[in-house]
Amino acid sequence: MSSNAVHSEPNESQIADGVAPILELGGITKKFPGVVALSDVSLRLYPGQVTALIGENGAGKSTIVKILTGIYQPDSGDMKLNGTIVRFPTAHHASDAGVTAIHQETVLFDELSVAENIFIGHAPKTRTGLIDLAEMNRRAQELLTGIDAEIDPTVKLRELGIANKHLVAIARALSIDARIVIMDEPTAALSHKEIQELYELVGQLRDQGKAILFISHKFDEIFQIADRYTVFRDGQFVGEGHIADVDENALVQMMVGRSVDQIFPHRETHQGEEILRVSDYCHPTEFEDISFTLRKGEILGFYGLVGAGRSEFMQSLFGITRPSKGVVRIEGEIAAIDSPARAVAAGIVYVPEDRGKQGTIIGLPIFENITLPSLDRTSKRGFIRLAEEFSLARTYAERLDLRAASLDQDVGNLSGGNQQKVVIAKWLATRPRVIILDEPTKGIDIGSKAAVHEFMAELAAQGLAVIMVSSEIPEILGMSDRVIVMREGRIVAEVENEQLTPESLVRHAAGIAESVH
Amino acid sequence: MSITATNRSIPDRLGSPAQRYLKSWESLLLLVAVFVFLLNSLASPYFLDAWNLSDATFNFTEKAMIAFAMALLIISGEIDLSVASIIALASTAMGAAIQFGAGTPEIVAIGLSVGLICGAFNGALVTGLGLPSIVVTIGTMSLFRGISYIVLGDKAYTGYPASFSFFGQGYVWWVISFELVLFFVLAIIYGVVLHKTNFGRAVFAIGNNPVGAMFSGIRVARVKFILFLSTGLMASVAAICLTSRLGSTRPSIAVGWELEVVTMVVLGGVNILGGSGSIPGVVIAAFVMGLVTFGLGLLNVPGIVMSIVIGMLLIGVIALPRMWQQFAEKRSA
Repeated sequence: MSSNAVHSEPNESQIADGVAPILELGGITKKFPGVVALSDVSLRLYPGQVTALIGENGAGKSTIVKILTGIYQPDSGDMKLNGTIVRFPTAHHASDAGVTAIHQETVLFDELSVAENIFIGHAPKTRTGLIDLAEMNRRAQELLTGIDAEIDPTVKLRELGIANKHLVAIARALSIDARIVIMDEPTAALSHKEIQELYELVGQLRDQGKAILFISHKFDEIFQIADRYTVFRDGQFVGEGHIADVDENALVQMMVGRSVDQIFPHRETHQGEEILRVSDYCHPTEFEDISFTLRKGEILGFYGLVGAGRSEFMQSLFGITRPSKGVVRIEGEIAAIDSPARAVAAGIVYVPEDRGKQGTIIGLPIFENITLPSLDRTSKRGFIRLAEEFSLARTYAERLDLRAASLDQDVGNLSGGNQQKVVIAKWLATRPRVIILDEPTKGIDIGSKAAVHEFMAELAAQGLAVIMVSSEIPEILGMSDRVIVMREGRIVAEVENEQLTPESLVRHAAGIAESVH
Repeated sequence: MSITATNRSIPDRLGSPAQRYLKSWESLLLLVAVFVFLLNSLASPYFLDAWNLSDATFNFTEKAMIAFAMALLIISGEIDLSVASIIALASTAMGAAIQFGAGTPEIVAIGLSVGLICGAFNGALVTGLGLPSIVVTIGTMSLFRGISYIVLGDKAYTGYPASFSFFGQGYVWWVISFELVLFFVLAIIYGVVLHKTNFGRAVFAIGNNPVGAMFSGIRVARVKFILFLSTGLMASVAAICLTSRLGSTRPSIAVGWELEVVTMVVLGGVNILGGSGSIPGVVIAAFVMGLVTFGLGLLNVPGIVMSIVIGMLLIGVIALPRMWQQFAEKRSA
């Protein structure tokens, strides 16, 4: 459907244009059970240049960061530092080689002082081998002054805001004389002014000859500070080049353009009457003014970037967090949902994104996971009846084509896809009216993915109203009747599926003005 | 973990019930119990005597009553270290009631109320304010017993009515004491609640994953609050039995019992981190601990040595299966 031939092969001229890459990754593949996170990707970082790494959620960006910082080991492929092959078996090796990362949520230590955070692992020592506090504080002060950060090195880190924590992380990068600095969405939680200051700092680091890998979803900042770009899609390398040679449209196309090898079930929608109406849902920090309606038999997609407030809103609808304002009506009647138990009673169920923590109860067998919210139905006067439980669990496990050795097996021993089937089975067994699926196919294998999609279509056909939160564009386009796009906690677009293109979705989500081709 | 069966029917369970029981913690403990029993009967000629054995049960019945409730609490991921202090406070309240001329029914009602109030206090602090139960109950451990000390100082309450002595000294039939009967009745009640009701299922779910349980529509705070109430109540039941058996109340009553109760629960196979365990396991653990202390008592072993033996027993029973597992893994590797 699109031309992904723009820069599909990195050509030699790009490597040879003046500087040699300081770090070069080639043929990197990383597999997890059931998923290929990275498949034969390459990445080059140049000294004194900012390289932007661009890709959708799930494109493999964080996996490559973890490989660069020694947290994951690639299954194959090699890494060259200044032309010599290196391996980072631990985070310590990466740090010794001069690689440092500044994350979305900075991995620093809240209870230690700023100076201790900067020098942890390589603190200046006195002759007796103890930490030289005075020297450490003095050098921390020097580093902080060097980046114009007005931070007292002796205060505890937790007293600082997120912007200042980033500055501490940068000071730390300077203290270990990092040659390669990875910034993973550093501006996600910063104010406009703080972002500008960070850009200046990035410029300073670049001028000092450091190679910077800058991961961001925001196109304006990519064009403002990056020198080069690299695009990943679905764990594969799509292209790289100079930022001056491309425009937003070209980047968006590289990001989303894909071979349509995923087949979605064909659906004919028979939408019934309205079942859910949400009005003016607000939360002090996460989302604002969410209003929409949902019909029986409809699949409503929620698209947005990570942090757009979609999951937060859904969890509020499910009674986990309370909204500051807003009304939910189910079949026209106001439903007071202040706990998940109430939500389930009202017929709203939620399949969470975080399967391990929120979805399944690892340690309990499959059948107990499935029957947990339906125990009132399988039991008699509060006493459990195992035969009823097994029969209910079996009904839904088989409908979802669950692959398991026995229903008595610990749910933790199942693959991600089968765990997801257990979670969906659990909720279907409650006979809900509205099912919310939050990233239903994240991290599960292709086969289970298709099964989940097919099942979703079947549910809608049977008149269930489905809300699907997804960051995967093909899934959104392939499954939804209607799509709501959220950005920064607000609904920014509501579009019928026929009028959607991958490009327009990305533009709405990232807040890029519609441009003429 | 996928299997390639074309017949898509998934079996309910794998292996026969007998196989599962053989591999269980309870069967290992039962072996230990039998071993201790045999050792005792060989070591002391006085051991195999009906009345002596009956006396031996008093070593564990009161603690075990608390242990049943504590087992559920620990399975849910919480703990209550204030139980021995609840005994002290409940016993003090009962002793004070006699001074105002209360009869046996009133004394019992007061004792049980104190237990429920203490349990509610712990539960409210843990579930209402979200404080860690280990900290809360270490605090209330000092608080409850502290009140006892303020009220009693170095004095003691005595003069319990004759009818009150039945709870700790009465026999239902021949050598079968009231306490032993109560122990079995409570074991059955707690066993049924934990293993055969929706409430028990919720306890296991919460212990394995409180967030997941909440996301499954379980009212986590309510379940935990009830468990604290039940633990407080069982502590006061134990207080009634113990006070009745001793016939007096001192503020130092049942000092250190909280650790013996927790030891019994853990020895019974309850995971101290929550999520798994069984009441039959706790019942057998109660017998093991009772038999060991009684056997050592017959041999005139001093109390200090007894606590060393109990400590070793706990570590040994818990470490052995783990060591065996590591040994087996090494051999197969």
